[in-house]
Amino acid sequence: MNFEKVIFGFFILLAATLNFGFFIGALDNPVLHDIYELFAAIVVSLIATMLKFGDRTQIGAIHLATSLVADLQLLAAALVWGHAAHILGSDPLAPAQMARVVSLSGGAFLANAVSVTILIAETIMQRR
Amino acid sequence: MTPVARHQSIFLMIMRRLRAPLILLIAIISVSVLGLTLAPGPLVDGRPEYMSFFRAFYFISYTATTIGFGEIPHAFSDQQRLWVLLCIYMSVIGWAYTLGTVFKLLSDRNLQQAIALMRFVRAVRRMSEPFYLLCGYGETGRMICQELDRRGYRMVVVERDETRAGEIDLSSYAADVPALAANAGNPGTLLHAGLTHPNCIGAIAVTDDDDANLAISIAARLLAPRLPVLARARTRETAANMASFGTAHIIHPFMALTDTLALALRAPAAWRLLGWLTGLPGAAPAERRREPPRGPWILCAYNRLGRLLLKTLDDSKLPVTIIDPAPRIDSEHHWVQGDASGAATLEAAGIRAAAGLAICTDSDVNNLSIAVTARELNKEVFVLLRQNHFSNRPLFNAFASDLNAVPSEIIARECLTILSTPLLAPFLDVIREHDEQWCAWLLERMTRRLGARAPETWSMRINLSQAPALYQRLMRGETIVLDQILRSHANRYEYLACETLYMVRDNDDNLVIPAASTPIRPGDELLLAGRPGARNAFDLNITNEHALTYILTGRDLRGSWIWDKLRQRGAKGARHSPR
Repeated sequence: MNFEKVIFGFFILLAATLNFGFFIGALDNPVLHDIYELFAAIVVSLIATMLKFGDRTQIGAIHLATSLVADLQLLAAALVWGHAAHILGSDPLAPAQMARVVSLSGGAFLANAVSVTILIAETIMQRR
Repeated sequence: MTPVARHQSIFLMIMRRLRAPLILLIAIISVSVLGLTLAPGPLVDGRPEYMSFFRAFYFISYTATTIGFGEIPHAFSDQQRLWVLLCIYMSVIGWAYTLGTVFKLLSDRNLQQAIALMRFVRAVRRMSEPFYLLCGYGETGRMICQELDRRGYRMVVVERDETRAGEIDLSSYAADVPALAANAGNPGTLLHAGLTHPNCIGAIAVTDDDDANLAISIAARLLAPRLPVLARARTRETAANMASFGTAHIIHPFMALTDTLALALRAPAAWRLLGWLTGLPGAAPAERRREPPRGPWILCAYNRLGRLLLKTLDDSKLPVTIIDPAPRIDSEHHWVQGDASGAATLEAAGIRAAAGLAICTDSDVNNLSIAVTARELNKEVFVLLRQNHFSNRPLFNAFASDLNAVPSEIIARECLTILSTPLLAPFLDVIREHDEQWCAWLLERMTRRLGARAPETWSMRINLSQAPALYQRLMRGETIVLDQILRSHANRYEYLACETLYMVRDNDDNLVIPAASTPIRPGDELLLAGRPGARNAFDLNITNEHALTYILTGRDLRGSWIWDKLRQRGAKGARHSPR
């Protein structure tokens, strides 16, 4: 067992699960989507991106690309949230605004799901 | 094109090295932000106010980067201040670690080399003009580089020594010269340097290492078979090896020198003519050069050059005395063992009766010392002096020997002659075949017309790219003779200060010193010699329709299509109108 691989798998999986946790629930209901969960998802996703740097294989490149997509979507979601809360001044968020944030995080979840799929496929390919 | 190994992306390499500090930084900032949103703020209406993520991230961003706007939006509570205190120290460590890693990375030699190579490869790939690939930037390389740059050619330089390669950036060349510090004997390096680039018009291998020169020649032969290669060879064996796989031009400085000496002894007039034609700009005028005398010679140092010179002198049947510190090796010649810089040794070798003295030891100081002593003992003696290092030039100029042998200069001159005037070499062969009388007559005629200083020689072909105006007229069936185009476009009754030396035609009908009434045919190749400036004027004559029309007919073209048409109509009208 390789400890580096454990860390790598841990962060990729955690990024996906946190993202899923934030995304699940009715799109426009602010009660079902916690801001701390979004924050954790962003931080873990950023760390996962950093871990993926430096692998020069084709699979490594796809890994990095999925992470970059997830980062972009999650940061966009956070920006929309910040804009709604501070600049438009609606606290808690209106259902329409909440739906926008959650749908962006849904896109990020798809990217994270691809990332996890690649991770599993890679593991199965190695057969040891 | 042969595939070139792509260099890995520099950005990914940097990010890979920065992985650990960046993850630490993300962790520190996220923990700080999270803590700040959880810490209770000052009481508002009896309830503690909490910071939002947006405000916490804003605060941490300017605090961690030491900008420090203060406690925004309200003064903090003590709980918040306690947490911020921790955050400040954590973030300072994070930033210090990150910046330290970045600076260490930037000063990393491997990274710098990778960046330098990437820039070099990009610069070579973007070469849009014809360029020469020059391997070796020593004394010879520098001379060639300067001269080619002066003539408006582009170059790419590969030099093993880093200091010398760095010198190129500091030199004042007219064009940008991409340079790489690497071993030119490596085929990968040569590919990076553009050996197979479509704009590469020649490779020049003048490193001080015979093996490297050999490697460059063979790499060029295999990877770019049609590319002309000029290679320097130190030994006869290397020269033979290069010749065996068809290197286009092999330059052996010592053999070139002995060939010149042999020609001077056998045919002085041809030697003078040759010296006048191939002299570098600023070389001594032809008639002031003394020819090597036929008489007893003394040879100092029995080394590589010494043995070649000895063979030349033997072939001319001149008696030779050898001075060498080593005991006698050669039994045929008179041998004086000793140090030639001492007057006693020179006396013993018979300096007072000698006609010529060839000094060719490996040390410039010794050579000069011998030369000065010998001149004191015998004022009339002809001195052939070997100069090993170009940097000693002021000393050798001050001594004024009769024949100065500078290997680096010989190589540079040969290279430039081959590159700029490909017709000159065949013409020089023609000179060698002619008799003394003819050579003397030609030199007399040329120097009277063009001056005693070395002329500029150039060759060109009458085709669409080099002589568009002339070529178009010839293709229309006009007959134009040499005499008509060698005139000044300022005044067509004056001739340009240049002469046609050689005319090469497709059907092997080559003309030496073609007559002024020779008609020019499309596809002819001309070798011309002239004063500086004549070349530009001649180029204008054959490329510019206006200049050509003027020198052929004396008429000035209007310089615009409308005026030309009006003029033609006017001419027609005048012809049809009744007298």
